[in-house]
Amino acid sequence: MDFSIGIKGQDYVILAEDMNAAHSIILNQQDHTKMLDLNDHLLLARTGELGDGVQCAEYLQKNIQLYQLRNGYEMRSNAAANYIRKYLADSIRSQEPMNVNILLAAYDTISKEPQLYYIDYMGSMATVPFAAHGHGALFSLGIIDRYYSRSMSRDEALSVLKKCIVELKKRFIVNYTSFNVQVVDSQGIHQLDRIVA
Amino acid sequence: MSIDEYNGCAIVAMVGKDCVALATDTRFGVQRSTITTDFQRVFQMGPRLFVAMSGLVTDAYTVSARLKYRLNLYELRENRPVSPSVFVSMVSNLLYERRFGPYFSTPVIAGLDPTSGKPFIAGFDCIGDPSIGSDFITDGTAGEQLMGMCETFWRPDLNK
Repeated sequence: MDFSIGIKGQDYVILAEDMNAAHSIILNQQDHTKMLDLNDHLLLARTGELGDGVQCAEYLQKNIQLYQLRNGYEMRSNAAANYIRKYLADSIRSQEPMNVNILLAAYDTISKEPQLYYIDYMGSMATVPFAAHGHGALFSLGIIDRYYSRSMSRDEALSVLKKCIVELKKRFIVNYTSFNVQVVDSQGIHQLDRIVA
Repeated sequence: MSIDEYNGCAIVAMVGKDCVALATDTRFGVQRSTITTDFQRVFQMGPRLFVAMSGLVTDAYTVSARLKYRLNLYELRENRPVSPSVFVSMVSNLLYERRFGPYFSTPVIAGLDPTSGKPFIAGFDCIGDPSIGSDFITDGTAGEQLMGMCETFWRPDLNK
């Protein structure tokens, strides 16, 4: 019942995620952060099984940091995305597959391009201008299709994001009280104000 | 829904006069939802050798990466570009290694022989049975529909 959404602009990528931590019918926490910085310019938003998500994200974060320690430079966005993809592709055919869907927001400091990767729990990967995971995606993608343009500003992207949240509030059975929003750009990863639905 | 239909695709390869053509759809979907409409399914393996991967996208990436790895090692050892018939054996071997837990993705090869320039196309099933085509190969969820179109319109020695 998680929801994550990403929108890529000219020089930024905005990622937003719901903050519910639930198990079956019990809502344990309403301000749980499910996004993790993998390095200075990589942000991972995960949906799916909560425990798997934490294990997966922390494992990936530590290995991407290790790459940086060993080599002296950050892992590039494309390399990190493919590394994460392979990790999930190996996991799906293992004894205990990880049930984690990922949106990876990245800023490639060498080519000076923002990137957004959609990686699902089986290891299917695509580079996308915008994407969403979870049931909320079915409500949101049409809205973003209507209003998206590559040249939109951050404020415009946030207003489109808010339109999606209004729609979820109105028509989606799960009540998301607030959304965690972060942006990745050339300066790094920044926390934006939470959107309270 | 079958695993082959989870992502869905349409692939067709055709032989022409001293040329081959390979076409794929560019939809990346998850069941009824479309994620992106500019998805690349074709992977270049050599200057005149292309492989299009059908079926499950995660396996399409995995198989094409493993194939490229083996191809690179071959070309480093042999110091020459791979010929299509050898490449077919390579693909077949890679897929059969997973006979009892197969990849849900099948390649369609289209290329020209590096020495003779002769057009070459081939298709496979998910465990590596090769079908070397003299006219056209179709694959994917729209495979049968494409087969019908090809049967109607294809004739030998079509120019590009």
